[in-house]
Amino acid sequence: MSEVEKQAAVDYSQFPDSRGHFGPYGGKFVSETLMPALEELEQMYTRLKDDPAFQAEFDKDLAHYVGRPSPLYHAERWSEQLGGAQIYLKREDLNHTGAHKVNNTIGQALLAKYSGKSRIIAETGAGQHGVASATVAARLGLKCEVYMGAEDVQRQALNVYRMKLLGAEVHAVESGSRTLKDAMNEAMRDWVTNVDDTFYIIGTVAGPHPYPQLVRDFQCVIGREARQQCLDMTGRLPDALVACVGGGSNAIGLFHPFLSDDSVRIYGVEAGGYGVETGQHAAPLNDGIPGVLHGNRTYLMEDEDGQIIETHSVSAGLDYPGVGPEHSWLKDIGRAEYVAINDDEAMDAFRTLTRVEGIMPALESSHALAYAAKLAKTMSKDETIVVNLSGRGDKDILTVAAIDGIEV
Amino acid sequence: MNRIESCLNQARQDGRKALVAYIVNGDPVPEATLTTMHAMVETGVDIIELGVPFSDPMAEGPVIALGHERALANKTSLKSTMAVVKEFRQTNNHTPVVLMGYANPVERMGYQTFAQNAGDAGVDGLLTVDLPAEEAGPLNQELKKVGIENIFLLAPTTTPERADTIMGVASGFLYYVSLKGVTGAGHLDVTSVEEKLAAWRGRTELPICVGFGIKDADTAKAIARTADGAVVGSVLVDAMGKAADQSAEDIAKAVCDLLQPIRAGLDELKD
Repeated sequence: MSEVEKQAAVDYSQFPDSRGHFGPYGGKFVSETLMPALEELEQMYTRLKDDPAFQAEFDKDLAHYVGRPSPLYHAERWSEQLGGAQIYLKREDLNHTGAHKVNNTIGQALLAKYSGKSRIIAETGAGQHGVASATVAARLGLKCEVYMGAEDVQRQALNVYRMKLLGAEVHAVESGSRTLKDAMNEAMRDWVTNVDDTFYIIGTVAGPHPYPQLVRDFQCVIGREARQQCLDMTGRLPDALVACVGGGSNAIGLFHPFLSDDSVRIYGVEAGGYGVETGQHAAPLNDGIPGVLHGNRTYLMEDEDGQIIETHSVSAGLDYPGVGPEHSWLKDIGRAEYVAINDDEAMDAFRTLTRVEGIMPALESSHALAYAAKLAKTMSKDETIVVNLSGRGDKDILTVAAIDGIEV
Repeated sequence: MNRIESCLNQARQDGRKALVAYIVNGDPVPEATLTTMHAMVETGVDIIELGVPFSDPMAEGPVIALGHERALANKTSLKSTMAVVKEFRQTNNHTPVVLMGYANPVERMGYQTFAQNAGDAGVDGLLTVDLPAEEAGPLNQELKKVGIENIFLLAPTTTPERADTIMGVASGFLYYVSLKGVTGAGHLDVTSVEEKLAAWRGRTELPICVGFGIKDADTAKAIARTADGAVVGSVLVDAMGKAADQSAEDIAKAVCDLLQPIRAGLDELKD
């Protein structure tokens, strides 16, 4: 059987299985206190996900509050300069709050509403998910507390202030590496303590089942729209998809509706930091091994004793030692390819897109753009690449200025 | 018979409540661990829970989380933890030792290798905080082969259906987490623990030890009225952290000074 035929045999809609597994990945690896809460969430989500009233409410919020559908934009000038494939940008940066994260928080806030819980908590890396959570909490009148690594609090000061303006309480987490993984530990500790009245809005497709599934389902609006928009604009499916992968929610949202389209090549772009060969990066699918962290089995960055190691990326949103379990599985079965882009390559792409198209991308998304630029040059002018422009770069201006040695 | 089973059987026969003490291997200094283990046994500790440090101890409160950080700074690993147990067994062949930690170090070592090495070292039980019954099957198989008990947690949130699943795979004893929260939390509710324990007793013959939130003789006594044993952890780890710059003997003494009144309190419950 050829690789393509093998892939065609997989029914992607059947994953995760009833125990929350994507092949060997995923599952529920949490302490006993949280297991009943996960079972409750799973039952509620199973009931609601096919409920037309729930879907209608979700779709209405996406249209009128988020501003969907987001455009698919043909970056003609940039494509021309690259001299290869035509690049189309899925403009998640134009969503309310400036990134794809809000698609998920709208969905989970609805779940929180249906669950009757009065308080929401969230972890955040770059602060986009924290802002999106604080936003939906403000709108629903729910109390919101956000956990954020102390280092991220510093490098994403603008988002911290945005969250505070929205009425959320932001806790700077000082333990461990003081980044996203430690924020997630602390959010888990909060949840285990306040499980009766608290809904935990996880921001990515990681964590224990059913989170990787429900976050994916809420983000799939990206891929469904992009698929139809591409057909409408070009008359056919794209030849390749490119998205950045930290936990991997924007990527799975774009990829999933295309998984059964065998002709579409799929590339996830991890943060190569100072270079995968230096060990200072955040690219577990390129340079990690499977293990268990934050409730699921997935590829991780760890040492030989199974301790999670510190990661590095210029982009706070990708600075995470794990990755969503579905990506681990897609890597193993060969349906998606995972590559890495270094800090400096991402910075170049940030500057290029800003100057050439007048669009300032988030540093996370800049990783996807940098890889798309490389890929486009290997393709012909009548081929197309859809890149998920997952967020806007306003939040990163201080980081970029610091790299340029400028005080703003 | 496994040491845990004979220890708890004996305690039941004697009408004595078991004292289970938790320390983190390698915390605050590597040489303190073995000395403290022996000293704890002399003070009347029945079962030692030896914490295997992990970089991301999600169920721990700030006190034990710091203990994990100190231990990791001392290069403590799962391997070195088993080496300590092996050394402990040179002079103590009766006190049960349970390793308590997180799934990933065991995953990394491999279930089979872990079970063989732990069995060789003289480990009696394993409690993996983030490996619930649903995911524990493959590891359980390996542990059974070498006679290591798999200790599971029950929580205030555990439903009767889940309890039956857990009791179906658990051995040694059950560890009831007395409160919704992390280790070292301060909101212990004795009445609710008693009610829960009464409910669990109807479903299992396994001994039940209770932990989280037990700080002194009073809380230990209150809990142990209905439990087979009381687990003490955070107060010990806190004392060890504060004694970090002292000798191994003084660190052990700081721990035993806390354990002594708890032991005495539990013995007042003797029938």
